[in-house]
Amino acid sequence: MLTAQWLYALTGCVVMALGLRAALLHPSLLRRVLAINIMGTGVFMLLVAVAYRGPDLAPDPVPHALVLTGIVVAVSATALALALARRLAREHADD
Amino acid sequence: MTEALIWLVAVPLAGALLALLLPRFAFAVVIATGVATTLAAGLLVYGVGTAGTLHYAIGGWSAGLGIALRADGLSALLVTMSSLVLLAGSVYARSYFHREADRARFWPLWLLLWTALNALLLAGDLFNLYVTLELLGLSAVTLTALGGSAEALRAALRYLLVGLLGSMMFLAGVSLIYAGYGTLDMVMLARTVQTGPLTGTALVLMTGGLLLKSALFPLHFWLPPAHASAPAPVSAVLSALVVKAAFYLVLRLWLDVFAGAVTPAGADLLGLLGAGAVLWGSWRALRAERLKLLAAYSTVAQLGYLFMFFPLLQTLPPGAARDLAVGGVILLALTHGFAKAGLFLAIGIIQQRSGHDTIRELDGTAQRLPTTTFAIALGGMALIGLPPSGAFLGKWQLLAGAIATGQWLWVAVTVAGSLLAAAYTFRVLGHAFGRQAYPGRPVTIAWEEWPALLLTATASIVLGLAGLPLWRLLEVGT
Repeated sequence: MLTAQWLYALTGCVVMALGLRAALLHPSLLRRVLAINIMGTGVFMLLVAVAYRGPDLAPDPVPHALVLTGIVVAVSATALALALARRLAREHADD
Repeated sequence: MTEALIWLVAVPLAGALLALLLPRFAFAVVIATGVATTLAAGLLVYGVGTAGTLHYAIGGWSAGLGIALRADGLSALLVTMSSLVLLAGSVYARSYFHREADRARFWPLWLLLWTALNALLLAGDLFNLYVTLELLGLSAVTLTALGGSAEALRAALRYLLVGLLGSMMFLAGVSLIYAGYGTLDMVMLARTVQTGPLTGTALVLMTGGLLLKSALFPLHFWLPPAHASAPAPVSAVLSALVVKAAFYLVLRLWLDVFAGAVTPAGADLLGLLGAGAVLWGSWRALRAERLKLLAAYSTVAQLGYLFMFFPLLQTLPPGAARDLAVGGVILLALTHGFAKAGLFLAIGIIQQRSGHDTIRELDGTAQRLPTTTFAIALGGMALIGLPPSGAFLGKWQLLAGAIATGQWLWVAVTVAGSLLAAAYTFRVLGHAFGRQAYPGRPVTIAWEEWPALLLTATASIVLGLAGLPLWRLLEVGT
């Protein structure tokens, strides 16, 4: 039976697979950075779905903590990628 | 004794912050924290050797809630190797970067990489592995970009994207494991893990991400440009330690945590990819025009040997023969770490003194830089696997295991790879010992040249002659 939890978990997997596909196949740098972020969102969605423990129980806090840490890591990594890309474009645009 | 665990992470982290705040005294900070970290690593080896596996719960939080650090024989050995390599690299890096501004940017990142590496090797649960993998990747990428050239920036960016993709796959696997088992603690998982579609998918995702990060053929495409365009001390740790960290995780997952869920077909696949890496990497190293590219492709090849151990470990029944093989793969990894780090430092010296690292134009290097040339010869010895290097014992175990289990393919590949390694090493030495007369006097500058010499000598002499205690230490925890 398709419960809400399964719906979220499966959607997470689909989003992750889409991100992975784009990250592997797109030649454009910016798109690949975005694709990796989308892939991350899929993983986070899966983790949030895992945390659900039924209507009467509070959700499991551990996956939530993992998602928060994961978001921090993803933001820093994206910032580094964009900074590198910008420096490359500014200083070495001609070669 | 368990405090050594937290010092190994806290000391380099504090050093990184101090080096950032006090750029004038950064070198003193690096040496002080480096020596302290290395001493802590020694204490860890002693502690694991006498008291067995060590645990430390940061802040007193129980497992599952807080960050748990854990050390057994394997992690203690790798932490020690990393500390020695990083310490030698620190001494060399001072003379490598001529401008103060370059050094000021370099030291904090260098210590951050040290922190991330130690935290990764000591992590007790899968999620901390993900976080430390990312920390290691981010600091390694930034250090690569310090090269500054368009080539270095492009390589760093590619390295970053590949690394991120690898860690995302790893995290996806971790989520599945938490969904299935409700824990991420590696010891608890090792007890409860079962075969099934969920575990299989998670293991494939995690291993796939790690193989991307450890540059196993054919996923090695990003390694040669990144390792060849980074500054020399950075190339040394990237090749010797950073890819080794990903390999350590594969070993940990396959041999330890998911030992019950690993299939022979999977191990054979890793072995086949490893064999491909040995042949392709060695061939490209032989054809390389530049010393740094040669060293980078040789890393691809040497990682291949490590993965060729997986099918042996899968078929050998638990017992003395298998323990010998486990010791062999670790000894091979340690030897390669020391040898390749020393080799990259030596190449850095040649590159700065001669203004290039083109192999064809090395004529007279032996007369000009005798110590550095000797370091390259010692490093090459360890890469080929000549006795008394540690690699000789490691490859011996690989051959012995392959012959005992009748897996002749690995024997043939090991022999071919070693011959190719001999060919690329002697090609470099042949050019370096050219007969061109050199009018000047040979020079040796201790602080610049000794780190490389000590590292390669450790790989090719110390590890081979004094490798026995390693097996005793490895019995702890596995």
